[in-house]
Amino acid sequence: MVPLSHYLILSAILFTIGMMGVLIRRNVIIIFMSIELMLNAVNLTFIAFSRFLNNLDGHIFAFMVMTVAAAEAAVGLAIVISVFRNKPTVNVDEMNIMKW
Amino acid sequence: MELLAFYILGAGAVVTAVMMVIHRNPIVSALNLIFTMFCLAGIFVLLNAHFMAAIQILVYAGAIMVLFIFVIMLLNLRGEDWPPLTWKKLLASFIGILFVGYSLIKIIGIFRGSMLPVATPLPEDFGTTRIVGEKLFTDFLLPFEVTSILLLTAIVGAVMLAKMKIDKG
Repeated sequence: MVPLSHYLILSAILFTIGMMGVLIRRNVIIIFMSIELMLNAVNLTFIAFSRFLNNLDGHIFAFMVMTVAAAEAAVGLAIVISVFRNKPTVNVDEMNIMKW
Repeated sequence: MELLAFYILGAGAVVTAVMMVIHRNPIVSALNLIFTMFCLAGIFVLLNAHFMAAIQILVYAGAIMVLFIFVIMLLNLRGEDWPPLTWKKLLASFIGILFVGYSLIKIIGIFRGSMLPVATPLPEDFGTTRIVGEKLFTDFLLPFEVTSILLLTAIVGAVMLAKMKIDKG
């Protein structure tokens, strides 16, 4: 039987890796993928607590998080494409002007 | 046996997540992230969350990551070189690793000393589609319906943004 602390530590490690990705990478696509990784780490926490507390609410919450992640990915990638059309770069440091 | 499966899946998830962050080529990063999602789906199965494991593969590996790979191919992204390493960056990463290691030790210490809930025997059908669906359509009906509005907004927003022509003037 795997204790709950193992799941929580794995989740913390994955969240930290995702946060490092957001902080050290400058490619906007990689930053988006790191955000997805962080959302996944949170889902793992929800589902682990749900199993150990014998309560299904965590599953529903993880389901909602996935919906938000899908919506966020769709809109975010559309924004990336629309920015790329005006200025062909994916480097977030170069996307620093809001008006051309 | 279960512990072994957890360690294999967890190690796979962590290694591929690190590869996702450090690899230069975005396509390789995306494929590594898909592998991370699969490992997490396996861990969800260990947690008796069968429905969530299936959804994890369908929605994340199947839909979101396909979207990512489409965009990477559409933008024709190549691997980029890392910026040169300077002394300042080395010092900053050293201090960062120090802080992260300290917090990790603290977190593990908190888990050791705290009263986390222990595993209790679950009902036979915990986490199956039937039970989760029943809960979703009774107790959580309003959030579920609001989710549909969120998805509709996302669809309309994505189409509008991707089609928008901005005047260059």
